[in-house]
Amino acid sequence: MPELTKDDRSAQAGPGGRPLLSMESVTLRFGGVVALDEVSFDIREGEILGLIGPNGAGKTTAFNALTGVYQPTSGRVVFDGQPLGRRKRYQINRLGIARTFQNIRLFGNMTARENVLVGADSHHRSGVLNSLFRLPMHRRETREGLRLADELLDMMDLAHRGDDLARNLSYGEQRRLEIARALATRPKLLCLDEPAAGFNPVEKQRLMDLIRRVRDLGNTVLLIEHDMRLVMGVTDRIVVLEFGKKIAEGAPEQIRNDPAVIAAYLGVDDDQLSEEDEHL
Amino acid sequence: MSTTAPRPAERRSLGDRWHEAPRVLKVLVWALVALFFFALPLINPPLLSTPDSDFGSVLFTVAGYGLVALGLNIVLGYAGLLDLGYVGFYAVGAYTVGVFGSLHGDLPWPILVILAVTVSTASGLLLGAPTLRVRGDYLAIVTLGFGEIIRLVALNSEFLNQARGIQDIPRPPSLELFELPTLSWDGAVATVDLNDTSVFAKFGLLDGVPYYWLALVFIILILVGDTLLQNSRVGRAWEATREDEEAAELNGVPTFRYKLLAFAMGAFIGGLSGALFASRQGSINPETFIINLSMLFLAAVVVGGQGNRWGALAGAVVVGYLPERFREVADFRVLVFGLLLLLLANFRPQGLLPPRRARRARKATQQLQHLEGTEGGARA
Repeated sequence: MPELTKDDRSAQAGPGGRPLLSMESVTLRFGGVVALDEVSFDIREGEILGLIGPNGAGKTTAFNALTGVYQPTSGRVVFDGQPLGRRKRYQINRLGIARTFQNIRLFGNMTARENVLVGADSHHRSGVLNSLFRLPMHRRETREGLRLADELLDMMDLAHRGDDLARNLSYGEQRRLEIARALATRPKLLCLDEPAAGFNPVEKQRLMDLIRRVRDLGNTVLLIEHDMRLVMGVTDRIVVLEFGKKIAEGAPEQIRNDPAVIAAYLGVDDDQLSEEDEHL
Repeated sequence: MSTTAPRPAERRSLGDRWHEAPRVLKVLVWALVALFFFALPLINPPLLSTPDSDFGSVLFTVAGYGLVALGLNIVLGYAGLLDLGYVGFYAVGAYTVGVFGSLHGDLPWPILVILAVTVSTASGLLLGAPTLRVRGDYLAIVTLGFGEIIRLVALNSEFLNQARGIQDIPRPPSLELFELPTLSWDGAVATVDLNDTSVFAKFGLLDGVPYYWLALVFIILILVGDTLLQNSRVGRAWEATREDEEAAELNGVPTFRYKLLAFAMGAFIGGLSGALFASRQGSINPETFIINLSMLFLAAVVVGGQGNRWGALAGAVVVGYLPERFREVADFRVLVFGLLLLLLANFRPQGLLPPRRARRARKATQQLQHLEGTEGGARA
């Protein structure tokens, strides 16, 4: 497969991109429950991949498997040519996978800026001695971190909230702050776990623009989302899970018309079908 | 800046003005504050002084608690690790000085202190490495056990002289540079009392003041280090770990390593305080290091306000000073103390001086301006 330069990456998004992350027949069992059953898919460099499926389909489990929260029972996850193996979670983050959480998990008693700084610190190296004696490394990294933080806060429309405690931010602001914090770790792959949950249509529209912008900056994005309009509108490709199995994969138009997806995901209930159609 | 909301702005403006004050002024004010505390036992102010016990000795005790509280504040306040056996590190520090200074050796005092903090830090790492993998309540139980184990080992070990404890523990080397008189108060009139003097710096049996000065020096050093660390990658990593360990880990913070670091730092400071205590006391025995002391240390940090170094110090004053000041109600003092804690828990659960986080945030902005101004400007 040809190497892609950064410039033509977004143009080439979708089919053709180099796989950045591969789930290779990943199975995850919790006792007798099979949460993921031989799931395989690629996330290609520069694309926005949607991961959808009804409640309990294993979306978040898949998410956790590829961010290192869970170890697959069998199969493996390969990121950027390297199997994740038994790497610690912070090491996986440093490899270049960052994520947000379905139920927001910020550092509530730290300010918005500090939250982003923690992310920025993930690639910093100054420890006790550097900090105690304010050595050049500490100064350089502090300057760099603060600048990156301000840049990201600005990008997320949070510049004016930098000095406020994270827990005092509004719901939408908290969601955006989580994205800023994740981006501060300078990931190659950004995983968003239902970032639009609880958003109104205007906020959702803004979020879609934001996700596109994040991608255009050279990031690859994995998106778990319930809102069909959002998923169809923003993703390049979609993977559909049901009961821990992958049942479909393809461009949004394909997925929309895939009978298996319509049956499984949208349900067979007529009322619900028509309701979802309006959404689409 | 001070013209936004009327009421909260008032409180804020003083802090802002302080932060905008020139560096020279800040240093001067801090130096004055430090000077005041150094001079406190000599000024012997009538309302503050303790009528029923030697003021200098009381101040040393309070300073010792202050040191411990600062250490525990790093563990509990910053990293959020509930350590119920902090007295263990205190005991390890004290016993190290006793064992190598009196019982099984006669090393010089500075070496003893270095040895004491080394051993206590090592014990912190040793205890932390396996136990910091457990969380919350479990950690509390394990550390509670650790504190008791240290005491029981001292009580049962021939090597540590069992219940007899250790006597003749070396004192810090004296300097005897000059003599400072104490003020004697009669109502609002102060006279210089030339009969009651403190020698700088004679570490004897009676006068507690030089020990207080020594402890104060360590407190200042640790305060400076604490401030620098909190405003750095290390401090942020601790707080992130405390706030949400999993989120911190997934954002690139090696939480285990930072927890261990906090634990080791706490052990270091606890050991230092224990070493000072043993040097002042001259003798120690296992009953000195009962679990109540752990609870007292913990009370200091919680009462003062976890996560704020000034709060920890304020808590140390409450825990160490108040019972001595009100010795006239000696029989009831534990009761009164308990009542006070209850009232505090009820009306100010976040502690006397909870962390002022918003203020710290503004500091970060200033820091950026400062850094941009110096290095960024130099480069441009």
